[in-house]
Amino acid sequence: VTTSERAVEVTRERRQLKLPAFRLSPYAVSWLQVSPLALVLIVLFALPTVLFLVISFFDYDRTGIYPAFIFDNYRELLTTPTTIRVYLSSLRFAVIVWAITLVLGFFIAHFLIFHVRTGMMRAVLFLLCAIPFLTSGIIRTIAWIPFLGRNGAFNQILMKLGIVSHPLDFLLFSDFAVIVTYVHLFTLLMVGPIANAMAKIDPALLEAARDAGASRWRTMTEVIIPLSKTGIALGSLLVFTQVMGDYFVVKTMSGGQSASIVSTLSTEIQAMQYPPASANAMVLVAFVAIMVAAMMWIVDVRKELVS
Amino acid sequence: MAANSKGSDAGRMRKRAITRRSLLRGASATAGLAAFNGFPTVWAQNIKDVTLLHAGTPVSAIQPIADQATKDLGFTVKMQMTENADILNRYLSQSSSMDVGDISIMYLRYLVGRNVLQAIPVSKYKFWDQTIPLFTKGEYPDGRKASLQGTAPFSVLFATGPDGQKFADGPTEWLTGIPTITNADTLGIRPDLTGRPVSSWADLISPDFKGKAALQDNPTIGVIDVAMAIEARGDLKYHNKGNMTRDEIDKTIALMMDIKKSGQFRSFWASFDQSVNLMASGEVVIQSMWSPAVTAVRTRGIPCTFQPLTEGYRGWGYTLAPMKHLTGLKLDCFYEYMNWYTSGFPGAFIAREGYYAGVPENAKKFLTPAEWDYWYGGKPAATDIVDPYGKLMEKAGRSRDGGTFWERMGNIAVWNSVMDEDRYLTRRWNEFITS
Repeated sequence: VTTSERAVEVTRERRQLKLPAFRLSPYAVSWLQVSPLALVLIVLFALPTVLFLVISFFDYDRTGIYPAFIFDNYRELLTTPTTIRVYLSSLRFAVIVWAITLVLGFFIAHFLIFHVRTGMMRAVLFLLCAIPFLTSGIIRTIAWIPFLGRNGAFNQILMKLGIVSHPLDFLLFSDFAVIVTYVHLFTLLMVGPIANAMAKIDPALLEAARDAGASRWRTMTEVIIPLSKTGIALGSLLVFTQVMGDYFVVKTMSGGQSASIVSTLSTEIQAMQYPPASANAMVLVAFVAIMVAAMMWIVDVRKELVS
Repeated sequence: MAANSKGSDAGRMRKRAITRRSLLRGASATAGLAAFNGFPTVWAQNIKDVTLLHAGTPVSAIQPIADQATKDLGFTVKMQMTENADILNRYLSQSSSMDVGDISIMYLRYLVGRNVLQAIPVSKYKFWDQTIPLFTKGEYPDGRKASLQGTAPFSVLFATGPDGQKFADGPTEWLTGIPTITNADTLGIRPDLTGRPVSSWADLISPDFKGKAALQDNPTIGVIDVAMAIEARGDLKYHNKGNMTRDEIDKTIALMMDIKKSGQFRSFWASFDQSVNLMASGEVVIQSMWSPAVTAVRTRGIPCTFQPLTEGYRGWGYTLAPMKHLTGLKLDCFYEYMNWYTSGFPGAFIAREGYYAGVPENAKKFLTPAEWDYWYGGKPAATDIVDPYGKLMEKAGRSRDGGTFWERMGNIAVWNSVMDEDRYLTRRWNEFITS
């Protein structure tokens, strides 16, 4: 509040100084305001995407790519069983990871916002959640390997405790390992937005619900969850797009035995096959865009953010 | 900045063109003398501002080699290291951003004909006659013809003309590059965990090692390793494992999917470190491997053998070639660098990592007798063997897996390759990985 008062004051002072009466139209001001971001997006996103789109129709062989307008790349992409398999597999991972991170993220956020009493303690706990994320995702992924391996720490613990007699092989280089790593990597992406949304809930609302005789469950389902909707949607978007666009985790934790959409794309790039890789990228962009649009349609994130 | 320095180079070249040429003529006369102690100081004035940028993969783009070259040659050599597909991409799309291409032989099929490289006249290369005959003639010293399966070095070493844009069928006066490094790859095993002797590529897909085998995650090399195994087991007979027909690819991939479904493979590896960790942790007991990776496992005190197999080895190599844009003084410097590169220091350096030099007798000059006997002679190490950085690699008394240079390099079954049907292979490989 004080800053805005101060700003008003400054503006008033300026007016009194009688600065030249040059004023941009509100229209131009809006354009100027969006232009830095627009510029970044156009140069780093829109132009490359257009380039990919163009190249995805090109012809190619080992020695080069040739301008053309052919649909072979898309036809080959959409007719191989690989494509449907990787999309299904990526979707499956996305849904499982989304469900787990949602539950975890929601309750962690709920605990941080409603159960931790002091702001200091909350800040410390948030920091504890965030500190591991100061190391790179690659390191946090690889760190699971010695832990989950055949002779890894976890198997040794299980054997020492006499829970199993043989090391469990499914712990590493498996879908299990992939999901564990995703959950570890992405839960914070769910915690952040949900906690943010929950922090905006006026505690008076909860008191009112309690005074009106609502049970804890009812308060949760009828007050907290609806009011956290934005956070849930944002977190879901983040987790979902991360999993769909992942390459490294699937490759490393499945031991290269499962593929993601991006890893098939990467194999094509390694073989210098840019046109099919571009086609692959375009289909992925379209697919994720549709999924994101669907989520936005369910929850209007923009409206919720403004309010 | 770069444009400026290029411009001034050109200026200098024009001004001194005449003197440089005459001096070079003089220089080549004394080259025999000069080869190992830097070059005649008379023309050092001209070259001291020249910088050659050498770009290659981690296998061969080694900084200490550039440092030594700069010391010996009087001009600057800079080294840039990039991983495989990225370096190929750079060669193809930004060839003028570097001067010296350090190229995996199988990639020559991507590069020749793309206006990226230029040919080297055989006459400029001082050690042609001492270069391993496997490269220059496609045969072993005893006259036996070597395998031409895959991208055999002999089949891609010669160009039809000075522009180097087409492969020649047989020897010509023009080289697409000079051979620098080569080796014979085989399977690495954990002899303490396999529980039985391993002697054939078929063991890679043997049910005895179910869930304990690994493959390279790379369509071209991965599929060749499996083809070696499949052929050894007797399922299929290939016309050329390094250049399969569509039908052969289909049959191979179908078999590979069955093998994968049976749970044979524990993992696929994409990097050197991954292959070392898989082996060292015991996740895997048999897998395709690189020689230094086997040593890396062994230096941790874990038994690991680069197992010689009856069907032979999978060979590979690197060549050095000038990029298209090199002319005049810079091109002359490239020739000096290339002759220095094969004159021994780099060959000895990479010998200590387990690779062979294109001109072994020159590498010998820079190795101790004990090192030479161990790495090339296949004899038990007379002293402790250290790697190029002085770290202990092998205790005295052990000998190299696979024996002598020619016991290993003389038994190449197939070369790393890029197949004619690589487009189809990539698609099918993706199907295999996702199955």
